[in-house]
Amino acid sequence: MDFPASFALIAPELILTASGLLLLLVCAWGGDKMARPVAILAAAALFGAGFMLVPGLHFGTGPDTYAFGTLIKVDSFALFAKALIYLAAIGCLMIAPAFFNSEAAGSEKGLRAEYSVLVLFAVLGMSIMVSAADFITLYLGLELNSLAAYVLASILRQDQRSAEAGLKYFVLGALASGILLYGISLLYGFTGGTDFVSVRTGLEGDLSTGQLFGLIFVMAGLAFKIAAVPFHMWTPDVYEGAPTPVTAFFSTAPKVAAVALTARVVFEVFGGQVLAWQQIVMFAALASIVFGALGAIGQENLKRLLAYSSINNVGFILLGLAVANADGASAMLVYLFIYVVMSLGSFVALLMLRSEDGHLYETFADIRGLATTRPVIAWSLLVLMFSLAGIPPLLGFFSKFVIFKATVEAGLVAFAAIAIAASVIGAFYYIKFVKVMFFDDAVDVVKGKSGNAHWALLILTALIVSPLGYLMTQSLTDLADKAAQSLFVAV
Amino acid sequence: MDFPILTTMMLVPLAGAILCLFVGNQGDGAAARGIALASTLATFALGILLWVNYDIGGAQWQFQESYDLFAGFSYALGIDGISLMLIMLSVFLMPICVLASWEAITKRVGEYMAAFLFMEVLMIGTFAAQDLFLFYIFFEAGLIPMYLIIGVWGGDNRIYASYKFFLYTLLGSVLMLVAMFWMTATAGTSDIPTLMEYPFPEGAQTWLWLAFFASFAVKVPMWPFHTWLPDAHVQAPTAGSVILAGVLLKLGGYGFIRFSLPMFPEASADFAWLVFILSMIAVIYTSLVALVQADMKKLIAYSSVAHMAIVTVGLFAFNVQGLEGAMLIMLSHGLVSGALFLCVGVIYDRLHTREIERYGGLSINMPYYAIFFLLFTMASIGLPGTSGFVGEFLSLAGIYQTSSLVALICTTGIILGAAYMLYLYRRVAFGAQKNEDAAAMSDIRPREWAMMVPIAAVVLWMGVYPESFLAPMREDIRVLNAQIADAAPASDAELDAGTPRDGMANAIEHEAEGAH
Repeated sequence: MDFPASFALIAPELILTASGLLLLLVCAWGGDKMARPVAILAAAALFGAGFMLVPGLHFGTGPDTYAFGTLIKVDSFALFAKALIYLAAIGCLMIAPAFFNSEAAGSEKGLRAEYSVLVLFAVLGMSIMVSAADFITLYLGLELNSLAAYVLASILRQDQRSAEAGLKYFVLGALASGILLYGISLLYGFTGGTDFVSVRTGLEGDLSTGQLFGLIFVMAGLAFKIAAVPFHMWTPDVYEGAPTPVTAFFSTAPKVAAVALTARVVFEVFGGQVLAWQQIVMFAALASIVFGALGAIGQENLKRLLAYSSINNVGFILLGLAVANADGASAMLVYLFIYVVMSLGSFVALLMLRSEDGHLYETFADIRGLATTRPVIAWSLLVLMFSLAGIPPLLGFFSKFVIFKATVEAGLVAFAAIAIAASVIGAFYYIKFVKVMFFDDAVDVVKGKSGNAHWALLILTALIVSPLGYLMTQSLTDLADKAAQSLFVAV
Repeated sequence: MDFPILTTMMLVPLAGAILCLFVGNQGDGAAARGIALASTLATFALGILLWVNYDIGGAQWQFQESYDLFAGFSYALGIDGISLMLIMLSVFLMPICVLASWEAITKRVGEYMAAFLFMEVLMIGTFAAQDLFLFYIFFEAGLIPMYLIIGVWGGDNRIYASYKFFLYTLLGSVLMLVAMFWMTATAGTSDIPTLMEYPFPEGAQTWLWLAFFASFAVKVPMWPFHTWLPDAHVQAPTAGSVILAGVLLKLGGYGFIRFSLPMFPEASADFAWLVFILSMIAVIYTSLVALVQADMKKLIAYSSVAHMAIVTVGLFAFNVQGLEGAMLIMLSHGLVSGALFLCVGVIYDRLHTREIERYGGLSINMPYYAIFFLLFTMASIGLPGTSGFVGEFLSLAGIYQTSSLVALICTTGIILGAAYMLYLYRRVAFGAQKNEDAAAMSDIRPREWAMMVPIAAVVLWMGVYPESFLAPMREDIRVLNAQIADAAPASDAELDAGTPRDGMANAIEHEAEGAH
């Protein structure tokens, strides 16, 4: 084993680990008054780790992508996913202080120092997840991420909803981890290995019942992590209960990590048994699109609605996975990128719906007539919502465009037709946003000022999803193609 | 010409729209109105430049531009005669729409004008797009501004109407998108001119045709997919109705002539009966429905469905007359129904009701208004000398060659059209002045003259000398007709020609010379 080379490959993770531990010490001695410097340093650490990815993304990875034997694989796919995760996490760190330092945080006003450190550790977990090449590494990353996430969900300890969200997330997440672990143990038992290559070799030929069960359990555990129907029940509750910046975080970075992980597992481990999982993914995709859309229709709470919207979006992402080729995987990555931008933008907009004394508004009734009172927020939300609905000429259309293109080109025409018709149901609640903000009479309760970080992120995300975003589609698809190819090189 | 005129025509209103968004309601909207009028007039001037420079009988596709900007599809523009005429229609109606909203819209003027200018960008883009997906983007993007126009500045029931409009049209067009993916995967390109000549296998054509039909039939709209139209028209502000009737309905017809017919000729022939049946029902049924309407806008909305049905039979007649007639009706209907909505708007602005019963005897106190209204009523009926006649005559002559029965039934549409339009006109403009407030209304003002006169002039021009409008399209329609001729369904009206007889036609055969 070539240690220097291995360490060079995991440089971003090393940066995250070291800075996470150091900042934890700063928290322990400095207390909450160090919260702001810690947040800035954490963002800087993420930026630094992200910077380490640039050469690999730009020039391509070297011939040897494995680190520490077959434990970790740093290929273009991992780099793409990591870059996206770091960017999303930086965005989520930027929006947190204003929320926690206002009345919105209730009796626990004030950003706590460990918040940023927890984000850092969650990101480290995700980083390990997306470059796992062994089920043990996978589980390690997944749990590191999940444990940090449970704490983040309940970071407002005095707030009942936050505590409830954290507990629900923990109980259901532990169950899912158990299912996943059981699946892994079955696969280990029936193939004799835990690293992806040997499990894949062991699965060749006809699947035995034990192997099939292992595969199903692993898929079920992963479906829980990405919140695909029928394992989605926790999402609306957790998203609604968790503090809004944490919800924004949940709907972006961990989603990317879980989807990327799922893609790697199904292609690298189960790649030889496409027929065994393709139908499962197809079902989950269609069911997520339909139930996500139907569930969202009756919602009055905006965070809950966005939770259903994220389930709906996961359905489209899974469409790309169901295609089971490099085009589908590339489409999936493009979709993920655009989804992260839209999701982050929507949550930032929600964070800006505050009263004069800083309380957050969360329901449709509060944003009536927003277009006349706060036109910039309303227009940005309009762009984001039409984009989420996939209406051209906004960038959200491009994400659906690549997904459906890959689906149809792979010959799944009927499947694509059903999915695209179901997407119209989703349009209904996205345009409800616009209806409430633009058509209804103003209630004019949203009066609070928002910080520069919020404005900057809102304007940036709105500009990216505006038609201007199409100008970067070429480089985006190039990167995604390269990343997707790396999943399919001879394993 | 190297100057990218099509892109410029889109950039001018786009810049206007962004400016309008930023000036907002400054000076009670005066700034936004001024910007909107200036940019639509500038676009119209560019449109005239486009028409003047269009080389009739030259290359099929002119003013082509292509830039490799996006992944998966390209930014490719170019026009033929058919696109040219429809672009002209759009840019001609836009300044009139701005004028029509001059006083009627008082709240959020900047956003309103921005929505209209975005709409103009998208309409020009739709007609000029040479890439399948670029077309789709422009085609579908129109939903956003129209949704806002109906929802924010519409009537009492605007929310229902805007939802219905949005979801109906969206559902119609997403299936078309799947079909487009299949086509580009099969043909290996998304370039429209190439695809127009690509022979798609006959079995697949059926499905592709149906997917495109789902989208265009909703847009046209054909019976029974028309129910969104009366709602949208009635609730939209005047200018919104003008654009909806004038240009957006033409997107459906344009879709048939640009995609369905040339790309899937065999399927088009196979499904011609379906189009004929739906169109025949539309002509009779919606005309009868129009007859009993108490709301002026609704009446005109239903009449639009009937007129567009004659467009669809003309398109699927598979001959030159039918195609030319369909194109001319589209242009004429764009002007005439737009003008009729303006006429309604003029009196709506004064009395704030669209109910026919509330008016009466307007020819006494508003004589000039009555003249314009009469002219457009006659044009809608299809009186010779107005634009309506030329298109309907050609279209029905075309369909007669294919099916005399369809021609017979569709011709009753003209009689019914006369019935509901004249009945409307009699109740509004003639008779006693039974409502005092209606009798006190003032005649049209200079701004309203400026809206009516240009349309009236073009309606007469098209009625008297349609050659100006047919000439740019002639070659394109000939090419299209040649392309679909092989698939043309059997005709029932081409009788076997007998041998002409010698001698005079009235000669009587005599038994023998000199027998008497």
